[in-house]
Amino acid sequence: MSVSQVVSPVRTGDASGDRIQRYSLGERVNHWIGGLFYIYCLVTGLGFWSPYMFWMVVLVGGGPAARFWHPWLGLVFFASVCWMCKLWFRDMVITPEDRAWHAAIDHYIRNEDEDLPPIWRFNWGQKIFFWLMFYGAILLLISGCGLWWVESIPWSLRWLRYLSVTVHVTAALATIGGFIIHVYMGTAMVRGGFTSIIRGEVSAAWAKTHHRLWYEQVRKGTAGRE
Amino acid sequence: MSQATLAIRRISGHAGPAPGAGVERAEQVCKLVDTTTCIGCKACEVACLEWNGYAFSQTTFNNSYQTMPTTSWNYWNLIKFNEHEREDGALMLLMRKDQCMHCAEPGCLAACPADGAIVQYTNGIVDFQQQNCIGCGYCVSGCPFDIPKFNSNTKKMFKCTLCSDRVSEGLEPACIKSCPTGCLHFGTKDDMTFLAEKRAQQLRENFGMEKAGVYDPQGVGGTGVIYVLHDVSNPEAYGGLPKDPYIPWVVQFWKGPAKWIGNLAMLGGIIGVTLHYLRFGPKQVNGWKHKEGGKP
Repeated sequence: MSVSQVVSPVRTGDASGDRIQRYSLGERVNHWIGGLFYIYCLVTGLGFWSPYMFWMVVLVGGGPAARFWHPWLGLVFFASVCWMCKLWFRDMVITPEDRAWHAAIDHYIRNEDEDLPPIWRFNWGQKIFFWLMFYGAILLLISGCGLWWVESIPWSLRWLRYLSVTVHVTAALATIGGFIIHVYMGTAMVRGGFTSIIRGEVSAAWAKTHHRLWYEQVRKGTAGRE
Repeated sequence: MSQATLAIRRISGHAGPAPGAGVERAEQVCKLVDTTTCIGCKACEVACLEWNGYAFSQTTFNNSYQTMPTTSWNYWNLIKFNEHEREDGALMLLMRKDQCMHCAEPGCLAACPADGAIVQYTNGIVDFQQQNCIGCGYCVSGCPFDIPKFNSNTKKMFKCTLCSDRVSEGLEPACIKSCPTGCLHFGTKDDMTFLAEKRAQQLRENFGMEKAGVYDPQGVGGTGVIYVLHDVSNPEAYGGLPKDPYIPWVVQFWKGPAKWIGNLAMLGGIIGVTLHYLRFGPKQVNGWKHKEGGKP
């Protein structure tokens, strides 16, 4: 993996006196394209979902504009997920270390991080979120096409219209569940995480605490998880 | 077509009760289509275009008298021609005026997410308000008769208005006005039901059509357009008139329990992470904790 490398090892201001690059510029740009367009589709989609949230659609330009842009910008979101998959696919494979970490997830929830087994660049929860968004985006794209061109689905195949609605709603709700936890953890719960996806860097202590195996691998300067 | 003079019973996509709903009551209006006296002259198709200001559009010839395969956004009234072989071997040409059925429980209105884009007036007419329509096409999924049609230029949905503009001024719909055989009638639902039942009885008793009957499907609460059919046990023969139409289960669930389940789940997620933060707070990095003596 070429994206994990030590940068400016002499910079000070944190526990161990250096900072580690966690996300490359490309990864950060990719993340924020995905995030921005997901939020657009979330806001407009919630407006279409419930009359009690239709005001959200009004905030972003009104119903017809939202209906026009929702599928197109949804495509941009899907493209960003494809790009993300290209960048992170290998990092997101669930490993035996992740399974051990998952078995001890109660400690993570209770902030007893010292009792957790060491893990690589991403933890089990991040990987599950990635795959949730990956499969969610595929389902949203396919079912979204059914909703986009609903009239083109012949009457004899109208079960496809109903299936599109069901899949789109279910997949959207599942990603929203992941999104709530993702935003909470990225901003409030795991301090340093939000900065890392903006500036790309974390402290060595942060890396050591949350991603010990990745930290050691970066320290050794080796590329690749294996 | 906005008709402010008509009081509203229901509107689509509205948070909370519709303003003015139930304030006024009115007789239910109804079209009666007697398929046994339709001659397929298409005067109603022409009258519909004329009154609503649409021109004839390009169509396809599929070895039938039928003007086009289905209704379209600017063609709301279509006679469906169907060749049908009766049990005794006689060939029948079934002709049925296809259009919006103006359901008492409209699936389009239930599915619509846009505030006030679909209204049901107190007289039972279901009407699209294009100025509020966002063009999402949910009504297409909600309709058990495949009626709402999309105009891809204006990105709005259209269908038969039951001439709500004419009816609000005390006139009968344009199609009714044009019918030369008396196959089309317009009046209150009670009167039309009475007339239809009487005609069906006449067909059963005097014309040997034992299965003649009235099509007024109760799965959608009854309709504002009712048919007299030669054989009410087989409405599908009349160009795919569904035997037992109802709002699709998916749409009913989506617009009913799924809303509550989904909204409670989302609210639960937000409350859950908030409680987690209040109970456990942010994660501390070991280095900070040790070096700075457990800075919060």
